[in-house]
Amino acid sequence: MIIAERKPMEEIEESVAEYKKVLVAGCGTCVTVCWAGGEKEVGILASQLRLARGAAGNEIVTLETTVERQCEKEMVTEIKDKVAEADAVLSLACGSGVQTMAELFDDKPVLPAVNTTFIGMPEREGLWVEMCGACGDCFLDRTGGVCPMVRCAKGLLNGPCGGTRKGGMCEIDPDKDCAWVLVHRRLEKQGRLDLMREYVTPKNFRAVRRPGKVQAAKA
Amino acid sequence: MSTPFREILKKEGFVVTTEVGPEKGSSVSKAIEHIELLKDKVHGLNVTDNQSSVMRYPSLGICLLIKEHGGEPVLQVTCRDRNRMAIQADLLFAHSRGVRNVLCLTGDSVDVGDHKEAKQVFDLDSVQLIHLVHTLNSARDIAGNELSGGTDFCVGTAASPSSDPIEPQLIKVEKKIKAGVDFIQTQAVYELDEIKRFTDFVRNMDEKVRILAGIVPIIGVKMAAYMNENVPGIVIPQRIIDELAEAPKGTGVAKGIEMSARMIRQLKEERVCDGVHIMFIGREERVPEILEAAGLV
Repeated sequence: MIIAERKPMEEIEESVAEYKKVLVAGCGTCVTVCWAGGEKEVGILASQLRLARGAAGNEIVTLETTVERQCEKEMVTEIKDKVAEADAVLSLACGSGVQTMAELFDDKPVLPAVNTTFIGMPEREGLWVEMCGACGDCFLDRTGGVCPMVRCAKGLLNGPCGGTRKGGMCEIDPDKDCAWVLVHRRLEKQGRLDLMREYVTPKNFRAVRRPGKVQAAKA
Repeated sequence: MSTPFREILKKEGFVVTTEVGPEKGSSVSKAIEHIELLKDKVHGLNVTDNQSSVMRYPSLGICLLIKEHGGEPVLQVTCRDRNRMAIQADLLFAHSRGVRNVLCLTGDSVDVGDHKEAKQVFDLDSVQLIHLVHTLNSARDIAGNELSGGTDFCVGTAASPSSDPIEPQLIKVEKKIKAGVDFIQTQAVYELDEIKRFTDFVRNMDEKVRILAGIVPIIGVKMAAYMNENVPGIVIPQRIIDELAEAPKGTGVAKGIEMSARMIRQLKEERVCDGVHIMFIGREERVPEILEAAGLV
């Protein structure tokens, strides 16, 4: 899923400083699961904004809503009346959700309240880790299901750099595993270490031409 | 004029290289001083490429200066700052100006340097970079296009024999050897056994690959502690720390030189490896003292 983190309060306050009535819009999918932009976070952010603006003698009216998926136009259309009521929308969805809203309500400023960080998974409660770089050219079959493109700090494709720390941790962050040590362990366990010995050619960055577009295959 | 490094590697003798670190700025006066001081005392002068991810005068620029001054440069190329197009273009330029040796490196992360917010490239990794150099050597670029004149580079790379765990490292070394390297410079090593094991591993795969042990003099207990703590892949044994602790105040550098020279003598006499690569960062002017003490000049 997509992982995001809420922006610092000062940055959010500044982005809505000139607006009197703001719709705080959450998303019920990925950002709900990663505690960044679901219904609960919408409520918290709205009251924090009211408190801050009230204390500064510059009252703000907040409207609150949470759409099941902000990245789908049909679902976002449902909140058009609330959007119409507000001076601006503060979206707690990922960048894709913010842009869907901005495109649908193009006469209204739609402002991001979270930073979208990566595609990942929850490692334990309250901790999410990056797993996929959406490179368009998946080679997890060769690496024991560990993606060195994003899990290696340098995105190396043919093995670890010379900086692996004692015990197999990353050179630049002793709290993170060296992806290539993980690849090695996994393939060793499966008796497939020969895969790691195969040369991996330079990545084809043409696999996804920005902006990406995928057409469903015809049945 | 110095002998081409490739020819040196083919001979039986003990190979000695060291480094010239580019300055942070447009001044090259210090580099010229170091080139003049060292060029006739060693077989090759490595020039670091934005070492430790700190932006500096370019490796290629200093390599050209080394050529102008009659020395034999080894161009260090990392994958951090340039994509495959920029690297190939730089290598064509280097070759056209007489640079014949390339050391293919991954490069440090930008996180450790002085431009932490920069986008790090790593379009290629070091194994792919080795392949790239061979492709240029065959007068093609890595997109398959023919070149109006190829290159003829002698190819080197680096390795960390003290890594823990070592197995993933050795698989990478294996891939580098298969890709084709003439020599391997190691990360700083302090245990003869370690370099011996590494040399055996490489020779088992390809006995033509020459191994240069990395020598970094340790000049104080604090430096040893710092490196053990902060430089992954380097392990400084307690006996070295003890010897430094016993040295009288103010004699740390001399002690470091003495210990490095002792290690180099052992490596040479016991034929543990084919040579050494001395890295005395910030104290290049004292490298001749190591060479003298080790009986190499």
